[in-house]
Amino acid sequence: METVLISVLNGLVYGMLLFMLASGLTLIFSMMGVLNFAHASIYMVGAYLAFTISQVLGFFPALIIAPVLCGLIGAGIEIWGLRRVHHNGHIAELLFTFGLVFIIQRLVQMTWGMLPMAYRVPPLLDFPLFHLYGVNFPAYRGFMLLVSGAMLLSTWVLLKKTRVGLIIQAALTHPQMVSSLGHNVPQVFTTVFAGGCLLAGLAGVIGGNYQTTEPGMADSMGPIVFVVVVFGGLGSLAGCFVASIVMGMIQTFAVVVDYSVADLLRPLGLAISGDTLLTEVLTVPVARIGALLPFVMMVTILFFRPRGLMGTRDA
Amino acid sequence: MRVRWLIVALIVVAMAAPWGFYDWTHHRHSGFLISMLSQMGMMVILALSYNMLLGQAGLFSLCHATFFGMGGYATIHFLNAAGDGSLPVPMEVMPLLAGLSGLALAMLFGAMATKQRATAFAMITLGIGELMATAALMFHHFFGGEGGVTTNRMIDNSVFGLSYASGLQVYYLILAWTVIAAALMYFLTLTPLGRMANATRDNFERAQFIGYDPRMVRFLQFALSGFFAGIGGGLYAITYEIVTFDALAAPLSANALLMAYIGGTTVFGGPILGAVLITLLQSGVSLLSNSWLVYVGVMFIAMVIFAPSGLAGLIKAHEPIRRAGRLGALTVPYLRLVIPSLGVLLGFVGLVELMSFLTIGAAQGKKLVLFGGPIDVHAVVPWAVSVASLLLGGVWLRFEAAGFHLVWERLMAGARR
Repeated sequence: METVLISVLNGLVYGMLLFMLASGLTLIFSMMGVLNFAHASIYMVGAYLAFTISQVLGFFPALIIAPVLCGLIGAGIEIWGLRRVHHNGHIAELLFTFGLVFIIQRLVQMTWGMLPMAYRVPPLLDFPLFHLYGVNFPAYRGFMLLVSGAMLLSTWVLLKKTRVGLIIQAALTHPQMVSSLGHNVPQVFTTVFAGGCLLAGLAGVIGGNYQTTEPGMADSMGPIVFVVVVFGGLGSLAGCFVASIVMGMIQTFAVVVDYSVADLLRPLGLAISGDTLLTEVLTVPVARIGALLPFVMMVTILFFRPRGLMGTRDA
Repeated sequence: MRVRWLIVALIVVAMAAPWGFYDWTHHRHSGFLISMLSQMGMMVILALSYNMLLGQAGLFSLCHATFFGMGGYATIHFLNAAGDGSLPVPMEVMPLLAGLSGLALAMLFGAMATKQRATAFAMITLGIGELMATAALMFHHFFGGEGGVTTNRMIDNSVFGLSYASGLQVYYLILAWTVIAAALMYFLTLTPLGRMANATRDNFERAQFIGYDPRMVRFLQFALSGFFAGIGGGLYAITYEIVTFDALAAPLSANALLMAYIGGTTVFGGPILGAVLITLLQSGVSLLSNSWLVYVGVMFIAMVIFAPSGLAGLIKAHEPIRRAGRLGALTVPYLRLVIPSLGVLLGFVGLVELMSFLTIGAAQGKKLVLFGGPIDVHAVVPWAVSVASLLLGGVWLRFEAAGFHLVWERLMAGARR
């Protein structure tokens, strides 16, 4: 029981972190049709910036400044990069962001070095929040939930209840019409791109000390975020939210499940023995193949529902 | 006609190349050269087969190395089976079996991925690539986990009675298969399938309207490109006698993309150029500098922005001027571009190297040595020189580029008349 409760909480924390990244990606995608491959790289930049700023000014100023810087970087990428390749089609835009991944990766390594950074949880939040059946739940994870919850709420209010959100939503589906009504659509695009990068940066700030801040963090996070976006359905924020939480739960529960397919078959009277590829696949415990599960899930859902969980349109 | 002679010349050069650095005193071939040439052969196949997707069908795949790796892993197992006598297949046919393994896997994954196109296709292939790379690290029977699988290529079964003990014999095997695969891929572009791939790339709705199923075209193109990638993987396995998960991981897929794109996706020979160039740079620059990826990344992005048709496309753009016989008029404008370009290059490389030696180099305990003397990366002078060279070169280059553009437009207008 206690493992289940703690895993649910941890899964929620991880899922919300994933959602912060995936929501920006989905927003950018549904608006501009651009899949920003460099999204996870911005997440990494956010973590590194937060580390540097928190050493000078402390963690809480970094919580504000680093995402804003990431947003500015995003605006720069949109204005000086994406706009120039836009007329060459979607493939060119994809290729452009793909090239950015290499450059940001190496720039980060060149600026901060190859070793992991000592980016730690701020002392103010470094205490156990509560005990659950003798297991500590760190206050910092509660704080992460708080930040991501606040971000979810404010994004929702911004998109659904304000004039800016109205224009953004309109530009999602009818860019020409919005433009005819006198709104500056390219500027809306830049805002959305910058906003998505800001969210990625924020995820980096609170995720950098939850995981480790090291040059490989973009590579390890990137594919998972893309899986979440595809799984939830391209262009659907609600689907993206569900997919993030599901993925967070699966990733945390996979670690504690020590069963394999063979264990499921045993009560049915099927004993598996031998030493071949098939028996290896069947007897490997779930805990060992945790990293594989997101991709298996993605391939499965695409097989049955090519548009993803709540996708409304093809790419 | 000219193209035919170019192909013959290329093959002759490729056949003669191993003798270029022959060590006559010891009667030995240069091992480095032969392994680099072998690598080039495999990469040419990989880049050409990748271009069947990106250039010819407009599909941006991120799991191309999966089929290359699959061909490699399968070949290791085939070679092991041949070694203990249970698979009586001569060495020369092994790459074909590797190709068939790649084809089988590409058909399986292609059935899923080709339901979509454009961005969704890219994301699905990303997932497939990660799936296979992660699986390769986890399952030991087929993939051997982190250590990979090994074999011995001397299976003593050859059509020509060769033992394949030396790297030179393997190189000629690779060369032969590269020529065969490239020829097959070229003829594929002439078939109705190749034409339909172009049509679905340019306008899939119209292709659909005249009665073709774009999904089927995508599927066939995907499966066949997996076949050729598998051949490349088979040659990889034969050359190195070990295949680890590097052969199917994301960096190799990215490499295939870089080679095809930088070489030029709009011309059939473009990826060949890209593969040769990138392999050369990789063997050369990566020994000198650990910032190799920055240079490739910047080169790639510059190509995406300024020259979407790649190097081969740039060369092809000169064709109307050449036909008008005015190519000579471009010599002076090109020469005027050289000095500012060198300035930009020097400044950029300088900044990258200084920055990387400040952090990574310091951690590795290396010193930046340039022009025969060590350079202090903390001093102001090298930084100032680099920045000045980059800025001055940049401004000058902009100025010269405007002039070049004028000359170019005038020549093009003249050629059109």
